[in-house]
Amino acid sequence: MSERRITLAVNGQRHDITVPVRRSLADALRQDCGLTGTHLGCEHGVCGACTVLVDGRSARACLMLAVQAENLAITTVEGLAPDAAMLHPLQQAFANNHALQCGFCTPGMLTTLVELLAENPSPSAAEVRVAISGNLCRCTGYETIVAATLEAAAVMRGEAA
Amino acid sequence: MKPAPFDWHAPTTLAEAASLLARLAPEDGRVLAGGQSLLPAMALRVARPPHLVDINRVAGLDVLAVEGGLLRIGAVVRHVAFEKPVAPGPLGALLAEVVRHIAHWPIRQRGTFCGSLCHADPAAEWPLVAVVLEAVMLAHSLRGDRRIAAVDFLRGLLDTALAPDELLRGVEIPLLPQDACWGFVEVSRRAGDFAQAMALVVLRLDAQGRIVTPRVGIGGVEAVPRRLAVVEAVLEGQTPSAALFAAAAEAAAGAVDPMEDAAYRRALTRTVTLRALHQACPA
Ligand SMILES: Cc1cc2nc3c(=O)[nH]c(=O)nc-3n(C[C@H](O)[C@H](O)[C@H](O)COP(=O)(O)OP(=O)(O)OC[C@H]3O[C@@H](n4cnc5c(N)ncnc54)[C@H](O)[C@@H]3O)c2cc1C
Ligand code: FES
Ligand code: FES
Repeated sequence: MSERRITLAVNGQRHDITVPVRRSLADALRQDCGLTGTHLGCEHGVCGACTVLVDGRSARACLMLAVQAENLAITTVEGLAPDAAMLHPLQQAFANNHALQCGFCTPGMLTTLVELLAENPSPSAAEVRVAISGNLCRCTGYETIVAATLEAAAVMRGEAA
Repeated sequence: MKPAPFDWHAPTTLAEAASLLARLAPEDGRVLAGGQSLLPAMALRVARPPHLVDINRVAGLDVLAVEGGLLRIGAVVRHVAFEKPVAPGPLGALLAEVVRHIAHWPIRQRGTFCGSLCHADPAAEWPLVAVVLEAVMLAHSLRGDRRIAAVDFLRGLLDTALAPDELLRGVEIPLLPQDACWGFVEVSRRAGDFAQAMALVVLRLDAQGRIVTPRVGIGGVEAVPRRLAVVEAVLEGQTPSAALFAAAAEAAAGAVDPMEDAAYRRALTRTVTLRALHQACPA
């Protein structure tokens, strides 16, 4: 039997899907749950575009099987904003600082950095760079991403940006 | 870029995992641990196992405990567990320093200590640590348990002493004495990349300040990380000095047989050995 019927909990919503066991979590999110915010760059762990949160912890969605994600709480980029009218402070800071251009790397940058800010509300620029050392961006040169993260950290600490 | 079709088995007990492996190993069934090396290899179709025995749900493999002078590390303990010291004294601090060099944070949260040893990448950090710290591997199959010293376990490039139907259920590392000094230095192209060369040094000083039982290991240069006996002989019984460390580093550069870029890797070997020695104790 190389297909399984599974339930994925993504951004607080249940998805009952049937997947071949070889399907990655990333492909299941995109193809079976219709959540195409999670991007696939390399499909072997190097680019970071597919990074999602699994029980609040960042993981490469290309290096997990969908069947392994049963009973775990998945958060994708679609689940970061509190509602349709309002961005997450980090997303807002990305927009303010031009921290994205083509946007391909952005979902993975955001999930990775949301986890960083949850653990370390006052990161230094160097710590931000280490956090995204596994996320490739071909457009921005990273400087604006670091600036946006520091701005978001200040906003989330309740300080004016 | 998608893996070839396979069947997936998710046992919940060690006995069940062992019997699945006994049945499926002859057909190239493999253990799936963190998947951070195996799934990329499958995506690239370098590996096409028709069966995966996923050990992530097996009860009891998540042990991480200090008992009887040993640190015990179960098969599904992730790299990230070592970011905070997991053992008292120098061992916990050493592992916490080394782990920061392994891949990137999301990969460290999923990849396992034991998986890294089974994968046996020449440039991986944990195999070097296991060899220098004289770790013991606990292999398990339907035939029972087998204890294998790290030096015998790591046989070659991506090659270990595990039989196809055996799984590595855990690793034991002896605690380091409270007065052990250590140094770890790695050169890689970017943060989180595999090592181009790395050195791990562990030694103690006697009451007269002379070096006793030095251990010097090099990884990332040859097919398998190993201790360099000639370098340890240079250091044994001597008083630390810049000249002594330079001589030891020179001996290390001469002792290695690099897989590629010989001159460059020898130069890196000299550099990482020298820096690791200075990190371990003031000259
Ligand atoms: C982008 C990227 C960068 C990386 N950088 C580094 C780095 O700098 N340093 C480094 O050391 N590693 C690095 N890795 C690899 C990572 O550390 C892996 O986690 C590790 O090599 C394998 O552990 P795993 O648990 O993921 O094993 P898996 O990928 O699940 O398995 C690897 C192999 O070991 C076998 N295996 C695993 N566990 C067992 C077991 N208990 N018993 C028997 N067989 C077993 C599998 O069958 C397979 O053949 C990197 C990976 C990626 C994707
Ligand atoms: S698509 Fe997963 S890391 Fe590149
Ligand atoms: S914005 Fe284009 S890759 Fe980062």
